[in-house]
Amino acid sequence: MPPTRKRKLDQTASTIHATSPPKRHQAEEFKEVEAALPATPQTLTSDKGMDSDDDFNSVASSMDLGEEMSSSVDFGAGDSDGDVEEYEDDNTGFEATAKDLANKRKAFETDFKVYSPQDIQNQQDGQVAEVANLLEQPPEATAILLRYGRWNKERLIEQYMDNQEELLEKAGLGQDIRRNPPRIETVIGFACDICCEDGQDLESFAMTCGHRFCTDCYRQYLTQKIKDEGEAARIKCPGDRCNKVIDAKSLDLLVPSDLTDRYHVLLMRTYVDDRESLKWCPAPNCVYAVECGVKKRDLLKVVPTVHCECKHAFCFGCTLADHQPCPCALVKKWLKKCADDSETANWISANTKECPKCHSTIEKNGGCNHMTCRKCKNEFCWMCMGLWSEHGTSWYNCSRFEEKSGHDARDAQAKSRQSLERYLHYYNRYANHEQSAKLDKDIFHKTEKKMTLLQSTSGMSWIEVQFLEGASQALQQCRETLKWTYAFAYYLARNNQTEIFEDNQRDLEMAVENLSEMFEKPTDQLAGLKVEMLDKTAYCQKRKVVVLDDTARKLKEGEWDLLLLTPC
Amino acid sequence: MAGMSGKRLQKELAKIQGILPPGISLVSADDLREWQMDLTVPDNSIYPPDEKYRLRFHFSTNYPIEAPEVVFMLLSNPERKIPLHPHIYSNGIICLDLLDKQGWSPVHNVESVCISIQSMLASNTKAERPPGDAEFVRSNRSRPRDINFLYHDPTV
Repeated sequence: MPPTRKRKLDQTASTIHATSPPKRHQAEEFKEVEAALPATPQTLTSDKGMDSDDDFNSVASSMDLGEEMSSSVDFGAGDSDGDVEEYEDDNTGFEATAKDLANKRKAFETDFKVYSPQDIQNQQDGQVAEVANLLEQPPEATAILLRYGRWNKERLIEQYMDNQEELLEKAGLGQDIRRNPPRIETVIGFACDICCEDGQDLESFAMTCGHRFCTDCYRQYLTQKIKDEGEAARIKCPGDRCNKVIDAKSLDLLVPSDLTDRYHVLLMRTYVDDRESLKWCPAPNCVYAVECGVKKRDLLKVVPTVHCECKHAFCFGCTLADHQPCPCALVKKWLKKCADDSETANWISANTKECPKCHSTIEKNGGCNHMTCRKCKNEFCWMCMGLWSEHGTSWYNCSRFEEKSGHDARDAQAKSRQSLERYLHYYNRYANHEQSAKLDKDIFHKTEKKMTLLQSTSGMSWIEVQFLEGASQALQQCRETLKWTYAFAYYLARNNQTEIFEDNQRDLEMAVENLSEMFEKPTDQLAGLKVEMLDKTAYCQKRKVVVLDDTARKLKEGEWDLLLLTPC
Repeated sequence: MAGMSGKRLQKELAKIQGILPPGISLVSADDLREWQMDLTVPDNSIYPPDEKYRLRFHFSTNYPIEAPEVVFMLLSNPERKIPLHPHIYSNGIICLDLLDKQGWSPVHNVESVCISIQSMLASNTKAERPPGDAEFVRSNRSRPRDINFLYHDPTV
């Protein structure tokens, strides 16, 4: 049986003709103008309760744009592709829109805010303090209530006002902690139900439920819960079926400080996990959390890429690495499709036939139409699949070509073949960019060495060779974007928009390949290519912005015809 | 830590050797870490009144903070079967929330666990194994405490 062919890569890039000038479209023009205008520094506004539909229109420019600004100071003059000259006469409405540009955000950018663990703690404490004030409950108790209500303040307060007793009971609080502050006591006649110890000076502890255990057992119980089971928000009383939840104050009394530290770390985790608008950065060892107002239901309309302090760019919707412009649902489908063997089946049905007698799968790799099945020795015609013995005298030239059954079989096969070809077209390009990004990275590492060399041979300073790093990063990012444009395109039904999309995609691809090519130049030439390389880097970034902005805007407005129902 | 489970088990054992509820008896506790208990089930036609079932308790050093591992044993001499119950697999593993992290309370003890299991059997109306028993018995390699049971049926 033939192996799966989908891993085979072709050199997509080489098929693109660098000579054809990039097509201009009204929309792109406009974007380029935007990019040339000074961008407002990134202002991150807290977005509590922000409505996802509105957030696209407000403030903030992204990091990408920021980078672009710093590296594209001279693109107007040195641009070899001649793409900027015409914008003035094209855009008659330029004056009118210019006003909005300063505070208009790109369609593919999402508002977000990065929080350090300390910020998260403060936010948590702030919410507790606020609600504690309102409910007139001590902060420890309020924290338990808020965790029970998954930090939905309004609903919690409402429930509290409606039926205080019931809420307290359900949340595991019971009566007032203030009147009965937690304390360790020695009670006469007490015997611990866990270790069976008694003794006059045995210290013991009980929550308001009255289930009293010795402090040793309580400590061990809490240690087990926190250390081994990773619980924090809802550690219950050790008593059988008791619903009371241990509060932070009681915990402080009972366990050593290293455990309370762990307890608070776990609480913070559940705090972030509990809130839809908060997510931990998925990068290894990263401690930051990101807040973003994009809701789950919006994910078909927006791809919310966020940039963590640690430089990791990820999708807030699915926490995978940045996959703009492709929406989460398609990414999931695409990755599944690439990972499973569905295309192997397609390959088989497109390239093989079954022996009409024993149904062995046969690939014809040459020779005439007279087939002899190796397994069952059945002789048949490859064209009509009929018995060879009945084939008459016109051997080697099947005359039964137009029979209906044969026609249908060929139809189905053609369909399979077409669907496979379509998939492979996109997959090859997707995989090619993934692979090329890796290769670009390798080259960059070599280039890093070249940079040091360049410094010593050409007398350039460290800062002067940084353009190589900038170019490399731009390449990586653009290839990542390109990669996902192909996955996106696979699920795109043809309409007027796809043509524009493909043009934009091709322009970006060309820009990327041009820049990528420069990395292969010998080191001694690199210093002289600095300006050109800076230009090409800026151009790549700009083309990326065009692709992303166009797709994001149309995604939001529902202008794409997505083939969401394509079988995987 | 090790001292804690030891002392507690000593005391439980002393108590158990005194008096136990009807139908529950201690078979062995020579090794303090592993006890065996016999059960009979009263008033349920699914289980013959004179048929005994053997439970094996295994205690970690963290007992009673951690639940003991409790399973039914299949023996030929004396004959001990695995009781038929929709929450008891034919390899003896019991699906009972009491024996899991969430349901366990350190206040429970061998006696209370035996009583719970006895009453679980006594109130049973279905003479059948859990769904997917054969598959589970064939494929399960993890200890009962590491299995994520779904306690979907609080009535049985």
